[in-house]
Amino acid sequence: MDQVTLNCAELTTREVNAALAALPDGSRARILEPWGRHNLAVGLVNRITVEIEGNAGYFIGGLGDGPDVVVDGFVGWSAGENLMSGTVRVRGNASECTGASAHGGAVIVEGDASSRAGISLKGGTVLVGGDVGHMSGFMAQAGVMLVGGDAGHALGDSLYETVIYVAGSIASLGSDARAEDLTDDDVLTVKQLAALAGFDHIDPENVTRVASARQLYNFDALKDQRY
Amino acid sequence: MTELSSEALPTPGLRNGAARHPAPALPMDARRASHSYPPEAIAQIQRMAEEGHYEIRGWGAKRKLPTFDDLVFLTASVSRYPLEGYREKCETRTVLGTRHATKPIELDIPITIAGMSFGALSAAAKTALGRGATAVGTSTTTGDGGMSEEERAASHLLVYQCLPSRYGFNPADLRRADAIEVVIGQGAKPGGGGMLLGQKVSRRVADMRTLPPGIDQRSASRHPDWVGPDDLRIKIEELREATSWEKPIYVKLGATRVVNDVKLAVAAGADVVVVDGMQGGTGATQDVFIEHAGIPTLAAVRQAAQALREIGVEDEVQLVVSGGIRTGADAAKAIALGATAVSMGVAPLIALGCNSRTYLRGGVEHDVTADYHALGTEPGYCHHMHTGRCPVGIATQDPELESRLDPDVGAQRVVNYLKSVTMELTTLARACGKSDVHNLEPEDLAALTIEAAAMAGVPLAGTSWIPGSP
Ligand SMILES: Cc1cc2nc3c(=O)[nH]c(=O)nc-3n(C[C@H](O)[C@H](O)[C@H](O)COP(=O)(O)O)c2cc1C
Ligand code: SF4
Repeated sequence: MDQVTLNCAELTTREVNAALAALPDGSRARILEPWGRHNLAVGLVNRITVEIEGNAGYFIGGLGDGPDVVVDGFVGWSAGENLMSGTVRVRGNASECTGASAHGGAVIVEGDASSRAGISLKGGTVLVGGDVGHMSGFMAQAGVMLVGGDAGHALGDSLYETVIYVAGSIASLGSDARAEDLTDDDVLTVKQLAALAGFDHIDPENVTRVASARQLYNFDALKDQRY
Repeated sequence: MTELSSEALPTPGLRNGAARHPAPALPMDARRASHSYPPEAIAQIQRMAEEGHYEIRGWGAKRKLPTFDDLVFLTASVSRYPLEGYREKCETRTVLGTRHATKPIELDIPITIAGMSFGALSAAAKTALGRGATAVGTSTTTGDGGMSEEERAASHLLVYQCLPSRYGFNPADLRRADAIEVVIGQGAKPGGGGMLLGQKVSRRVADMRTLPPGIDQRSASRHPDWVGPDDLRIKIEELREATSWEKPIYVKLGATRVVNDVKLAVAAGADVVVVDGMQGGTGATQDVFIEHAGIPTLAAVRQAAQALREIGVEDEVQLVVSGGIRTGADAAKAIALGATAVSMGVAPLIALGCNSRTYLRGGVEHDVTADYHALGTEPGYCHHMHTGRCPVGIATQDPELESRLDPDVGAQRVVNYLKSVTMELTTLARACGKSDVHNLEPEDLAALTIEAAAMAGVPLAGTSWIPGSP
């Protein structure tokens, strides 16, 4: 197995990403001294593991289709945005819009995630061990979110078909989001998601399921196609 | 009170000779329209009271606006000499994306097809546009619904839009695109998101957008993963990193605060700035947006060109202008004012057969006037893309309606149209003494109205006066 070490203090973002993209499947790469660098490990399609040792900036692991990216630190906005497959794991806290528009794969935040986590989600999985900020799950279309802590205001505003599980409290639900009864399937799903993320503080029987009330799917004034 | 005979009173709605049955004589006062509440305003209020909803429609602004028609060319005479109109070469080749991209887009003509989604348009329409554009050496653009196989196959040069909705957006399509367009706004609805009403959200469209079929899809007006110019810089870097800095990145803006927005787009790293004026078409949006938001294309071009000059990047960043471009004259004027290329939406749809009374199948013309009537409109007045019941198969997902558009017939009409527009453009450029259409300049223009002179920054015809200039 190839193992490379890339130091951001010596390399441009282009050089780091080009080196990562060139690695054969199964390789491991360590990225040192990221110092909040944006756009690390974006657009990768190879099945490699990337470990970023420190805090990183925006879009970490964004547009990825295959790799497993681990950040041993905090990240800026939109970690794992538009992820197709693979994982992005943040050991610290994440800023806004974690996993925005992710189509597949899993974005895992072991700490807290700020506002709009899981915004516009399109089939991906967003797992947050701690709390999430306001408007999380905004317009989320498909996929699933699990929040191990509390959720801020307007959770799941304008939700489509994403389901959100929250272990802690919910400050308020957004438009068209509603709390629903937990089924056995839900409990099983939460158990699997928590296991995947390594969150052992979540009791799968004791979460709130939030989904769309589907009242905003169609305007009610559609008359003779005239609007 | 004066009594008027019906002869003297034109009857609204009736044309030549139709007023056979005289309307009852009405006193003059009875026909005094209110300036504040003309019949259209009354009808609009009545409709809102009935339906409890704003009007949604397709197409672009219908109100009267200052346009490129308010400018004329000062073609060559004694002080300038023209190029030989039919024989001397006039270059139309256009390159977009020379700033940072290692693979800029090379077009044979400075006229491109704007982003229109598969969803708003049928697959047949997308295919016809792609084949037509490819035949004349220009690009087409995806839209708010991702890249369809048909359009990738049909279009030699395809610009892939990155929109707030991110429907169907994926890195594989990003890599097989020829350029990337980050859409911040559209001229028809700057500040608003896309819209596709349930009638058009077929199973295939829904799957491409990861949405349940049949819902009224209203897309976000802001990108999900960034806000503001500093973030945009990082977003553009991400898109470049994911595509090895090969592809040109366009930033598309609805024309509002053009000078600042263009400068910020350039600061964020755009290779190409696309400015879409308020006449710009749409597949569906609120009428109040179409008619009341943004500034006319005429004003927007001049401001965008000025912004590029002020920051010294006019030779580095290309400007593409859209919104109401119909003819070679429009294209020539936009280029003279500083655009590198123009982009068109509604006009190529008209070339395909939009608003036509008939469609052609198997060499036979079929009249569809009744279908326009069923929509409450007439050929020549239709703006009903939003309904999904397009009588000529362009803006629909209904298989029967879509079958009315033969992509081969459509493609040929698009070719004919784009060639004609190019010929008009080069005719004017040669007459201005230019061996390259990109050498057209503001100095070649005069304005017919004070408004146009002020907006375009060219002198009022017959004077050297540019309103607002010292
Ligand atoms: C049917 C239709 C669908 C459109 N869909 C999109 C879209 O998905 N994304 C976008 O940026 N603009 C869209 N537009 C706007 C065009 O890209 C373009 O800005 C506009 O049509 C230019 O004005 P014109 O129609 O007067 O040429 C659409 C326009 C039309 C007519
Ligand atoms: S004819 Fe079709 S494409 Fe043209 S305006 Fe009507 S619905 Fe739209």
